[in-house]
Amino acid sequence: MSLDEFFVTGDPLILASQIAIGLTMIGLIALITYLKRWKWLWNEWFTTVDHKKIGIMYILAGVLMFFRGGVDGLLMKAQTSRPELDILNAQHYDEIFTTHGVIMILFMAMPMLIGIMNVVIPLQIGARDVAFPKLNAFSFWTFFAGAMLFNLSFVIGGSPDAGWTSYFPLAGKEFTPGVGNNYYAVSLQIAGIGTLATGINFIVTIMKMRAPGLSWMKLPIFTWSTFITSIIIVAAFPILTIALLFMTLDRLFGTHFFTVAAGGDPMLWLNLFWLWGHPEVYIVVLPAFGMFSEVIATFSRKNLYGYKSMVFAVAGIAFLSMLVWVHHFYTMGNSAAVNSIFSLTTMMIAIPTGVKIFNWLFTMRKGRIEFSTAMLWSLAFIPCFTIGGVTGVMLAMAAADYQYHNTMFLVAHFHYVLIPGVVFAVFAALYYWWPKMFGFKLNEKIGKWHFWLFVIGFNMTFMPMFFVGLDGMSRRMYTYAESTGWGAWLGFSAVGSLVMAAGFAALCYNIYWSFRYASRNVGSDPWNARTLEWATASPAPHYNFAVVPQVEQLDDFWYKKKKGETGLKKKDLKPVHMPSNSWTPIVLAAAFGVVGFFLVFEWFTLAIVASIGIVIGLIANSFDYDDGYHIPVEELEKEEREWRGDLQ
Amino acid sequence: MSAKSQGFPWNLLVGFILSIALTLLAVFVAIYTDFSNHVILWVLGVLAIFQAIIQLFMFMHVTEGKEGIINVINMVNSIILALIIVFGSIWVLTSGHASLH
Repeated sequence: MSLDEFFVTGDPLILASQIAIGLTMIGLIALITYLKRWKWLWNEWFTTVDHKKIGIMYILAGVLMFFRGGVDGLLMKAQTSRPELDILNAQHYDEIFTTHGVIMILFMAMPMLIGIMNVVIPLQIGARDVAFPKLNAFSFWTFFAGAMLFNLSFVIGGSPDAGWTSYFPLAGKEFTPGVGNNYYAVSLQIAGIGTLATGINFIVTIMKMRAPGLSWMKLPIFTWSTFITSIIIVAAFPILTIALLFMTLDRLFGTHFFTVAAGGDPMLWLNLFWLWGHPEVYIVVLPAFGMFSEVIATFSRKNLYGYKSMVFAVAGIAFLSMLVWVHHFYTMGNSAAVNSIFSLTTMMIAIPTGVKIFNWLFTMRKGRIEFSTAMLWSLAFIPCFTIGGVTGVMLAMAAADYQYHNTMFLVAHFHYVLIPGVVFAVFAALYYWWPKMFGFKLNEKIGKWHFWLFVIGFNMTFMPMFFVGLDGMSRRMYTYAESTGWGAWLGFSAVGSLVMAAGFAALCYNIYWSFRYASRNVGSDPWNARTLEWATASPAPHYNFAVVPQVEQLDDFWYKKKKGETGLKKKDLKPVHMPSNSWTPIVLAAAFGVVGFFLVFEWFTLAIVASIGIVIGLIANSFDYDDGYHIPVEELEKEEREWRGDLQ
Repeated sequence: MSAKSQGFPWNLLVGFILSIALTLLAVFVAIYTDFSNHVILWVLGVLAIFQAIIQLFMFMHVTEGKEGIINVINMVNSIILALIIVFGSIWVLTSGHASLH
């Protein structure tokens, strides 16, 4: 392979990015060296097993990937803003909508949500870390290795171009011979290992590490939704693992799982992909529902309406999530029985979801609502998400779906589900839990700019897509004739995407501004909240709780506050057992990344050599007998006095 | 950790060898025998169930621990999922157009 096949060449946009990426990396390395921060980075972040720091790294990676995926989106909007433009050619457009989809779902939504879960869940259940802290670090670093490998495709070798769903036969070697779709198969596999481990980790954490007295029906609703999400992860991700393995075997080793030529079946890929893909939608949306529930209850100053029905609704959605996958391919030519059954199960999902919507509305009813930025996101979520949900019921009708299938109507629908359902939730959660992570609030005034720009821009961008979709525009068209009459709609949509981008810029500016100027004097419980994470200092100390709290009821912290029982008795302090940092997760994940890179280019000898690194890492990890360390009482006392004043 | 281990982990080693042997046997049956596809599928299915049992007893300590009820819920859940995935896929892929030829 010659060098110019290795690097992507011949496109000025990509050349500029290659130069920019090169310069940024040199700049970053130079800056860290100049500030003498390498050792600090290694000790405090790269080898950390602290769930809060891992969560923050997930969120940081998520914000970066949001930028990358967002730029992809803007490029698509620019290309389709007028008829017959040629900012991007068809091939480049294909690559961009593929990476946009993969990045936004797997490398933006997932890490953002898992990041917030990481920060909040152990605190919310009164634990000092997750059940398997080192595995947690491994999850993060394999996700990161997968994400970076996927992003590399953009400058080295060429990006995948068969859509985020990568349907066969298009995604097979015959029709896409380049390395692009190898990147898809391998990097998703590596990131998927991390996600699966996260699912296992949170199931065990929530089952085994709850504070004394915190029984199942006293769990905060965000913890409940995380628990059920983790169960869906463990159920669904192995299917993706297998599907990607078949894809890898087909592309790299010439098997025929998905090619008709030797008795395979391309429809098997669709079937497996959506057996994972539909539960995946609930994996991203259920934790988001949990976040909204916490925010709405806190800022309505009421307990959550219908707590039990909320729990059953989440469980019901989880159960149904495994029974609806065929609605993504009604048009494949199934029998009427198959399509009818899956229509029914799909429509049934609207029932528990409707229960949740009404619960949120009733929580707010007669509440003393405080319009903080976090609450605004939750308020905007309800009508926007309902539009997404109702158009979803339209799509659920198999007969009608033959009209909507793979049109822009569908694209508008899932953006109306995923952006309010996930992105708004992540924003609400960031504003809400920011003080718990960093000890200061994000600025509320800039936050409102962020909110209004993003919500207005979002509706401007995606509402027109419903209409061009009904008018017959199919998805993934890189250009269209003027006579179609779509130009005005799509031009308006493109303007909307710029407004949305301005909203994202306001968020970035808000983070910068707040880091520099925001008041550090916000106390441990700035929102007057209800759940346990607010019972400790902000930012949370590395041991989370000096004394593990005793829980008696739902929203225990709220009632303890009213009774003035949140103090700490000095005699209760005991040494705290904490896990030690470890170098194995990051090194192992790096080895996975290197092996992945060689596999992408089908350099098998190198891949085998590099996988020895994985084996050595695993063996080293098995012989690691480090049992952690203890924080002495004096240190606990000193740290607790800093924010509590005197102890009792 | 070290307090719990009792000598050499024979259990794990036997499980490891058995699971590899079963996998190789499946490959052998699929590639090197002349059974009809139908028979091969049944053999693979039976081997898969053996494989699952070995995993459960040798590696997942299904007999240990106090949470019997949770183990039962887990297993019922897994079985339901496996049935949905296997029979759902077969149904979806063999009805409709695929069944016409």
